Amino acid sequence: MSVLRPLDKLPSLNTATILLVGTEDALLQQLADSMLKEDCTSELKVHLAKSLPLPSSVNRPRIDLIVFVVNLHSKYSLQNTEESLRHVDASFFLGKVCFLATGAGRESHCSIHRHTVVKLAHTYQSPLLYCDLEVPCSWVPTSLSLLTWLAQGLSEWPGSQASAALTDG
Amino acid sequence: MDSYDASESTPRQSTSLRPEDYFIGATFLQKRLESVRKQTSFIPTPPRRKIPHCSQLQEDVDPQKVAFLLHKQWTLYSLTPLYKFSYSNLKEYSRLLNAFIVAEKQKGLAVEVGEDFNVKVIFSTVLGIKGTQRDPEAFLVQILSKSQLPSENREGKVLWTGWFCCIFGDSLLETVSEDFTCLPLFLANGAESNTAIIGTWFQKTFDCYFSPLAINAFNLSWMAAMWTACKMDHYVATTEFLWSVPCSPQSLDISYAIHPEDAKALWDSVHKTPGEVTQEEVDLFMDCLYSHFHRHFKIHLSATRLVRVSTSVASAHTDGKIKILCHKYLIGVLAYLTELAIFQIE
Repeated sequence: MSVLRPLDKLPSLNTATILLVGTEDALLQQLADSMLKEDCTSELKVHLAKSLPLPSSVNRPRIDLIVFVVNLHSKYSLQNTEESLRHVDASFFLGKVCFLATGAGRESHCSIHRHTVVKLAHTYQSPLLYCDLEVPCSWVPTSLSLLTWLAQGLSEWPGSQASAALTDG
Repeated sequence: MDSYDASESTPRQSTSLRPEDYFIGATFLQKRLESVRKQTSFIPTPPRRKIPHCSQLQEDVDPQKVAFLLHKQWTLYSLTPLYKFSYSNLKEYSRLLNAFIVAEKQKGLAVEVGEDFNVKVIFSTVLGIKGTQRDPEAFLVQILSKSQLPSENREGKVLWTGWFCCIFGDSLLETVSEDFTCLPLFLANGAESNTAIIGTWFQKTFDCYFSPLAINAFNLSWMAAMWTACKMDHYVATTEFLWSVPCSPQSLDISYAIHPEDAKALWDSVHKTPGEVTQEEVDLFMDCLYSHFHRHFKIHLSATRLVRVSTSVASAHTDGKIKILCHKYLIGVLAYLTELAIFQIE
């Protein structure tokens, strides 16, 4: 089983790649479209995956940020995230992983307690963002938060040119 | 909503005067801040709950008197504390509410053909429905139709029943002053129009606020585990779960029925600490059911939404409807609902 490592590929020039991992296809697609609409001077690539490990047969660029999308309405999405986390190298958690919890607004539909994801994010020392991907007006602020986190993560790794370009945008 | 390790009572204030003492309600504000701080602790300890068992107060409850509470579907609401409510004025409240109902119905706000305007309102206390001695007494409001015949001993038909209670409401009782009566859980059975009228009167008279209490899937799975854990002499109903699958154009419902003894056997194999239920045990219990279903039908129930849980103790629906079937565990069921109501108020 291949494990995702942050430095196993060479960085591409003026490109940053985000990987969104989650079970809700439609929501991930909406978020990806919203992020690509944002103004960036350098190129942004967004990959979507249902779960990890990723198939090794595909030729893909180096992943700069992994966003695990957990739907608080579905225990299955939490179990899927926990399974996928096993296939990520430990050095990724130094600023290149982010958790996104969606659906906290509709308390009556929640199957997972908020504290479960808080504990998960705390265990992996990664930030946790809350959003409601089912509501269209939340896509833009969520995309901006993720892009800011991507820029911050990139700036902490020496020799990456994409970070400066992203923050200009 | 999670019950963390029981909070010790706050230490008494020192007798020296401080500027805060001059502000009315400062101690209450401090207590509220402390309770909020406890809830927002960064690393939450996993919640534990006691399995509902017969408390010592239960012996005061006469099974005949509470029989009318069982086997009825109640709609749940959470209620903020009532201002200047007094148990000695119940007759006065009956009279005022009666007049209000008649006035509202004559206004034409609740127009129903063939409506009988001869109604009688009765307020009464229900003894024994409380968790500790500190909890206020539960009270009941009933709307009866007045019989047309002048004979006194013909009691009218009960048209609507609503009752207010508080079971183990210490976290709320600590934070309010003496003028308020805390009865955070309200249960109603009867026509929705009557519930609305009664709600309006209470809100105007006691400056409180009703809001419907929905039960999410997380709490329903806790209820399923706690009620399956209850020891029963004989089971009156199968244990049944209902899930709603969100798909277009119409949502799909999946119903899963288990023999209650099998459910209890599964729970016993999962359960470790006697007298307590932990989050891990609830998750494991539900995961066993999910994986069994997946093995047979290849459907991930964990991706769907649990909407209804039905056991021999009680049955609950996510819209805030409850039916209690067993008087032995009445207090236990109400205790958990009170906790949810208090969480919603806060």
